[in-house]
Amino acid sequence: MSSEKLLEIKNLTVHFESFDATVHAVENLNLSLRHGETLGLVGETGAGKTTTVKSVMRILPEPPAKIVSGEILFDGQDLLKLPIKEMRKIRGKQISMIFQDPMTSLNPVMTVAEQIAEVIRLHEKCSKKEAHKKACDMLELVGIRPERGSDYPHQFSGGMKQRVVIAMALACNPRFLIADEPTTALDVTIQAQVLELMKKLKAQYQTAMVMITHDLGIVAEICDYVAIMYAGEIVEYGTREHIFNHTGHPYTKGLFACIPDIFTEQNELVPINGLTPDPTDLPVGCRFHPRCPYATEQCAKEHPANFEIEPGHYVACHLARSGGNDNV
Amino acid sequence: MSETLLEVKHLKKYFNTKAGLLHAVDDVSFSIAKGETLGLVGESGCGKSTIGRAILRLHEPTSGEVLLDGTDVTKLNKQELRELRRKMQIVFQDPYSSLDGRKSVFESIGEPLIIQKICKTKEEYEKRVHTLMETVGLAERLVNAYPHELDGGRRQRVGIARALALNPSFLVLDEPVSALDVSIQAQVLNLMQKLQKDMGLTYLFISHNLSVVKHISDRIAVMYLGRMVELSDCKALFANPMHPYTKALLSAVPIPRLDVRKERILLEGDVPSPVNPAPGCRFAGRCASCMEICRKEQPELREVEPGHFAACHLIEQ
Repeated sequence: MSSEKLLEIKNLTVHFESFDATVHAVENLNLSLRHGETLGLVGETGAGKTTTVKSVMRILPEPPAKIVSGEILFDGQDLLKLPIKEMRKIRGKQISMIFQDPMTSLNPVMTVAEQIAEVIRLHEKCSKKEAHKKACDMLELVGIRPERGSDYPHQFSGGMKQRVVIAMALACNPRFLIADEPTTALDVTIQAQVLELMKKLKAQYQTAMVMITHDLGIVAEICDYVAIMYAGEIVEYGTREHIFNHTGHPYTKGLFACIPDIFTEQNELVPINGLTPDPTDLPVGCRFHPRCPYATEQCAKEHPANFEIEPGHYVACHLARSGGNDNV
Repeated sequence: MSETLLEVKHLKKYFNTKAGLLHAVDDVSFSIAKGETLGLVGESGCGKSTIGRAILRLHEPTSGEVLLDGTDVTKLNKQELRELRRKMQIVFQDPYSSLDGRKSVFESIGEPLIIQKICKTKEEYEKRVHTLMETVGLAERLVNAYPHELDGGRRQRVGIARALALNPSFLVLDEPVSALDVSIQAQVLNLMQKLQKDMGLTYLFISHNLSVVKHISDRIAVMYLGRMVELSDCKALFANPMHPYTKALLSAVPIPRLDVRKERILLEGDVPSPVNPAPGCRFAGRCASCMEICRKEQPELREVEPGHFAACHLIEQ
């Protein structure tokens, strides 16, 4: 694993502008990823996870979306400055994306092999026949019999469709893969199959990956690093061990407390009070303070900066700064 | 706790499709005691929602009996059924599509009261709706809000208030928290536990999320392709799963902890089609320990240990 950064997001701010309000979807976000690493991007609905990765792919609908500031460096090259024509060469070849819902991300009027071959033909110089052959190989790789390549998406089950989407994303051997809730639409036993497959392929091809999920169980299983997002910001970042064993931010702690644990007996869950804030009208100071049980006066006034509580483990919380995280 | 409130006997629900007869629910029997929560788990298409709906006769059962407090629900005429619906209600999965977009919170919650002609005066009616809103933790100011103004958690609270409006004794909860974020999910789960304690409710809790089901249920029934494969006390099911499908299902749940790693049983392939299922055990095609008899004979649900039922030929030996 080389220590060189493959992806670096610097001060990314994305707004959605509508007639009467501005949605602050992502605010001042910094993130980096090295070759072969997997980062879990965790947060609830509206936290800005999908907006962040869509900015990397440059597939945000602009307008209403607007990338206000920031840089997205991929291999040292700023993706936000690239002309669309150049970007097209990168999408699908260098960076691929797996979308959440396999039922709607495939073209219903093309056979699955044609769809996979389309990506290959777009990026590699080869004949139709060769592309088709490679598409069938990809299907085999994800555990689908190659002769099923001539079937249409509706002839596949949900888990199989997601495998097709994965095959398509990996067809050109990308260096960086974005998976946006790849298993949320699937049943648990099928989810287990798909996760196993992704782990295997990741190890085989050394692909760097950003995995968006709201399931901390999946994070524990597949991610090396974790970033917890809340209301457009990363509130905690660290290795998997940091996040699970030395949880720093009150929001992360809250997330853990409200998942029912399958191994222990507990009588009542401890929910996080209140709701995620309205992204057009975010609270002043720390964005989590209205819901935080430990909030102080300072939290209501001052926006907390990132604080490194141990090497490589960052927490954006005033309390973490003032005397460790024991009292949090 | 020992008095039985609901008893389902040999419930079947088949759907006629172009491809053939779809066995959505095939000969399922169980009972729920007063004040108990029975969790019903299984993957998509296993028939868990169909059972919930057939109990309320939102789907007409093909055959079988559903006894609520001794009354056979399946034999009632329209009038009698309407009266019985006061005793049993349902909360649906998707709070986004189960509320009428043109009705305010007040109207939505009050609708069952009007249909059943419960309240004599307008004041009584208004008071009842306000009490219900308070019971489920909806702020007074939302009384005239419309569904689109509410977030998922609040919508689900409206759905729960509606179901509680007639003071039912039995509630079918059909994936009530699946559409919600985890922090909101915990709020709604706590609310439902509190309501059960305060009002002595009996729940049939349908969900595909095993950790949620474990949290809220007293007993758990596992479904696979229209059949009940295991039924047991909650603790015993997790400590000692007997059916191979239950074992695989439990091992497939991703655990949000780093200190526990377990052997994962990976199932091959997909759930087969419930249209004209082959004879024998429904799970035979994906079962690692499938025997000859499994392809021929359908295993019956049998009491293996006191209170712990499983339907598998392996166990019978």
